[in-house]
Order: sequence, then C-alpha cells, then structure tokens
Amino acid sequence: MAKNTIIPFGPQHPVLPEPIQLRLVLDEERVVSAIPVVGYVHRGLEKLAEQKDFLQDTFLIERICGICSFIHSLTYSMGIESMMGLTPPPRAQYLRVIWSELHRMHSHLLAVGLLADAFGFENLFMQLWRTREHIMDAMEATTGARVMLGTCCPGGVRKDIDPELLKFILTTLVTVEKEMDEQMPVLLNDYSVKQRLCGVGILDKQTAYERGAVGPTARASGIAMDLRTHGYAAYGELGVEPMVETDGDCYARTKVRVRELYQSMNIVRKAIGQIPAGPINVPFKTKPDGEVVMRAEQPRGEVLYYLKGNGTDMLERLRVRTPTFANIPPVLAMLAGCELADVGVIVISIDPCISCTER
Amino acid sequence: MFNAVSKSPWVVHFNCNSCNGCDIEFLACLTPHYDVERFGILHIGNPKHADVLVVTGSVNNRNARVLQNVYNQIPDPKVVVAMGVCTSSGGVFAGCYNILGGVDIVIPVDVFVPGCPPRPEAMIDGIVKAVGILERKRKGEVFPTAPKPTHTFKPSEEQSAEKTVIKEEKTV
Amino acid sequence: MINNVENITVDCLLDKVASKLPLGFRFVTMTCVDCGEHFDILYHFDKNYELTNFRLSLKKGEPLPSISGLIFAALVVENEIQDLFGIKVNGLALDYEGRFLLTETAPEKPLCRVPGVMIVEAGKPAAAAEVK
Repeated sequence: MAKNTIIPFGPQHPVLPEPIQLRLVLDEERVVSAIPVVGYVHRGLEKLAEQKDFLQDTFLIERICGICSFIHSLTYSMGIESMMGLTPPPRAQYLRVIWSELHRMHSHLLAVGLLADAFGFENLFMQLWRTREHIMDAMEATTGARVMLGTCCPGGVRKDIDPELLKFILTTLVTVEKEMDEQMPVLLNDYSVKQRLCGVGILDKQTAYERGAVGPTARASGIAMDLRTHGYAAYGELGVEPMVETDGDCYARTKVRVRELYQSMNIVRKAIGQIPAGPINVPFKTKPDGEVVMRAEQPRGEVLYYLKGNGTDMLERLRVRTPTFANIPPVLAMLAGCELADVGVIVISIDPCISCTER
Repeated sequence: MFNAVSKSPWVVHFNCNSCNGCDIEFLACLTPHYDVERFGILHIGNPKHADVLVVTGSVNNRNARVLQNVYNQIPDPKVVVAMGVCTSSGGVFAGCYNILGGVDIVIPVDVFVPGCPPRPEAMIDGIVKAVGILERKRKGEVFPTAPKPTHTFKPSEEQSAEKTVIKEEKTV
Repeated sequence: MINNVENITVDCLLDKVASKLPLGFRFVTMTCVDCGEHFDILYHFDKNYELTNFRLSLKKGEPLPSISGLIFAALVVENEIQDLFGIKVNGLALDYEGRFLLTETAPEKPLCRVPGVMIVEAGKPAAAAEVK
C-alpha cells in the first residue's frame, strides 16, 4: 500500500494557541507515531534565575506561565521557606489556597473552552470564556492584576483580602456556578460533542503510569493522584479528594476538569468560611541554603521545583519540571493509532502549556 | 467592496516566545466580555486569510524563521501589532541566552502595546489603531514603523533598570 | 533538605532504576546540577506522594547511559540535559542530538558553569556564572 507520509502539525496551527510542532507519521489517514519538536518558546529562564536574587526570582518565576502563574510562585516560595525554615502564618496559607483555586478555575474554564473551539463548537467556547471573566474580575479585585498576580512571596503573601472582597468572591462564585450549571450539560451531554470526545485518544491506566502522566490526564485514566491531598498550604485542613474517571479518553479528561471546577468552588467557599485572622507574612533575614525539592498541584498536574542555595542572595540552581513536560510522553501514546482529524482535539485535551514546558 | 478590509479585518495570532499571559488576554479580547468582534475583527488560523498579525513574546533562535514565514504569507497590505513588553525588548526575559530581542528585529511593527500583560482594553485600542493604519496603507500611503515604547530598557541599562523596578514593587 | 537520597554510580544506574519499577514507583523527572568539578544528576521517583531519589555523580566529559530504554518518559528530560549541559547521553530511544531545545545558532551548553568563575557574593550580583 501507500508509503508513510510525514505531516508537520504546527508550529502555527489554528487549534494551537502556542507553537509546538508534531511530526505526524501517517499511514493514509491514521497516525502511526508522532515526534514532538519543541524549542519555539525556549527562553532559558533557569539560567536567568541564577543571575537574579531569590526575591526577584519570585516575579520571574511567575512569568514561566501566564495561566498558572500564582501556583508557580507559590511552589517556589514554599521551596524557599522550607530551605530557610519559615512557616507562613495560617491566614497566608488560606489566602494562598483561595488564589490557587481561583487560578485553577480560570485555567480549567480556559482549557475546556479551547477544547470546545478545537472541536468546532465556537458558541460554547465564547460562553465558557465569558464565565471565566467573572473569575478574572475576582482576581483583579483582590490583587489588582488579571494574570500576573504577584502576591505570593517567600514568607507569606504581600496582600490581604478584606472581608468585603471575600464576600465579593462568594457572590462571583454564585454567578459562575449558575452559568456553569447551564453550560456544563451542553459540554458533557450533547450528542455531537460526545461524538468528538468519547473513545478518542484513549490512555489506559498502565500506560499512563509508566509514561508518568500527571494531573487531569492521569486522573482521567484512573490514577488517584492529586498532590493537594498531601496537604500543602492549607489544603490539609480543607479536605481534597482526587476526582477520578476511568475511561481515559478525551471525554473523561474533560469530565475531570468539570468536576474539579465544582470542587474548586467548594474549596474556595470552605476556605473563606474558616479563614483565620492574623498576620499575612513572616519577616526573615536568612538566605536560602541547601537543596530542596518542592511539589504542588497545578491545574495541569504536578509541578516540581528543585532549588539549590548556597547561603547567598543568588540561587545556585533552579529547575522546574512542569506538568506538560511530563504529559508529552503520554500524549505520544494517545496519538498513535488515532485519525488525523482528531489530533487537534487530543493535543488540546491534555491542556498543553508549551511555555511552561520549555521555560 | 475594498472597504471590507478595514471594516472587517481578519487577525492571525502568532505566539513567538510568550509566557501565555498576553495570549490568553488576547483571546479574552475576542470573547463576549470584551468582544473585539464588534469591530468586525475575526480571529483566523490561516495567515493567508489575514490582514493583521498579532505577535506576542520575543524572538528566539528557533522561532525567528517561523515568524518571518508567517509574516511573508500575509497578503499586502498588512499591519503588525506587537502585544506586551516582550515584543519590544524581551521584557523580563531580556537577559536570557536564547532571546534575540524584540520582534522588530525580524519584522516591521506598526503598533506596540506595552504591558506585562497589557490589559484587554489596551489590546483593543492597539488593534483599532492598527486598523486605522491598515486603511491608510490600503490607500497607498507609506507608513513608517512604530517607535519603540519609551519605557523599553536597553540591555546595557539592564542592571540599573531592574533594581528600580524591584524597589517599586517592594514599596507597593 | 531532600530526603531519601541514595548515592549511586554510573555502573549500577540501570540496575538500580530497573529495581524501582516493579515496586510501583513512578518516574517523576531528572535534575542535573553543575557542581564545578562534576555534574550531580538526581533521579526522582514517586510513590504515594513520597519522593525517592538517586544521586549520580558524573565526571565532566563522561557520557551518561540513558534510562529511556526502561522508562520511555525519561527521553524528554534526557534530551534536555544533553542540550543544556552538553552531556552525551548514550542509547536514547529518540535522540535529538543536542537540537531538542536549542538550535545551531543558540549558545552551546548554556547551563554549564566555567570552572573557577563561580564567584557569588552577597550584594554583588553581576559576576555570577557566565555562559560558556
């Protein structure tokens, strides 16, 4: 029969908001294998972080990714705190949870919205992003910025949320929940949506674990893994259950995200209900020294920070392993055997963040 | 019929080396809350259909060629809107080893929108400005490229500029 | 501080990694650190939210055997280390030959330190490690 063809998918492609190239080896319409070509967004941030002092790094780290910026700075701050033996005050821990969960919600809405765009349901994409704007408003009201919050720093947070704004977050959540109750049945139950998502890009549990899948990609394949259950920041007191689905297809990954949206809403409500009063950061004079590995759960999965200090202002090494970096090998497994027309949906279903991946 | 170009300009978006902050803000512009579609602006995937190129992020060694390709594929007349501070100087990443500089070293830029990331309102303003330039270009006017934003710091001033920025952030 | 670190050598690397897999450990990632005279390469494994680490001390100029035959997921990070540190990784399942993240025009081994230039004093940020 016909010989295999290689089609470059990307770097500029309608479904991809970011540049990555996948060289798809095709046997007629079926993908035999895929080879990722990255480096279009590689900046060399790990090197730059070594040339700035560790407080400046907090703001540099946020720019690894504009979607999960707060959780990047949170993980980094937790690493620095663990090196210096600091414990942030309880109120700071709760504020960190609130902002983390707001970030998770806006990221998940963004992801399912882009997925809707990828399978051609533009109306749903617009509706989901309109709902997302309420959360952006809540972030702007509490921090003054929409994307780069810049509130997390070693020792705690730089800004408090006063009770009125906490109430504003709660009223925002009521609006968001009301709108989501209308949209999510369309996303999850619509016949044509299901036609595009069910049974597409299946990743079984064994492969997911062997290839090191993380986050919603792993949870949709039946791996109960969510670092929030491990209880960093104030998550230990809030009780988080991993949302697990077993099908491992694009539909299951979407469903995990939708369930996590509702879960995040409940976490924010609970955190606002039991947030203690008190200071929001601890002063420190020490410099980071030693080595530490710190992990946290981002919207896309587990992020790992390796920090090495030497008792000076500068860090000796900073390494970031972001969730999409870990999800590249699983997505290659999903692509093998799929149809060319489904490639876009499969790639978007892991919610890829290329600027995280390449730093 | 030729009015259609400036009454309904089509936009292609290329993420050069951005951190995603500008990209999601640009996509947010398209959605109902900000809604640039009320100006007839349509986000399109194919550069050959487009009139306006929106670039975010700075240029690195690998994507410079891609950016040039995307730009060359857009039919004349065309305008380029550079979103975010990275597009003018590299922004926070200016000292990185893989950053060549702003997008203006590869393609001519018509409008710079500063900010990290710029607010959606500023982005809409930038695109509307670009549409005005597109209209004048269509009439055959030759347009000079935009000057860089005055706040852009040059790599030689990097150290001193960074220190002042950090001081400001601490006092806030 | 990092808990659960076991120092290993290049010879027993593959055996050690292979011994972890049947026990249900998930490969998380690798971290390479330039320590001046040698590279420290850390292999992170996870089980039930507990990290277990191997620390491999690799002399500069020596090649690193790839574990991507055992763990396919390692090939991404091994290619990255090959790019950024200039360590030759032998036996990669998919070898980008140093062009994974970087291009021909990019600086080579950007994350390596030049021996002896590593002067970092508090308050003197400028003289930190230079790009080779």
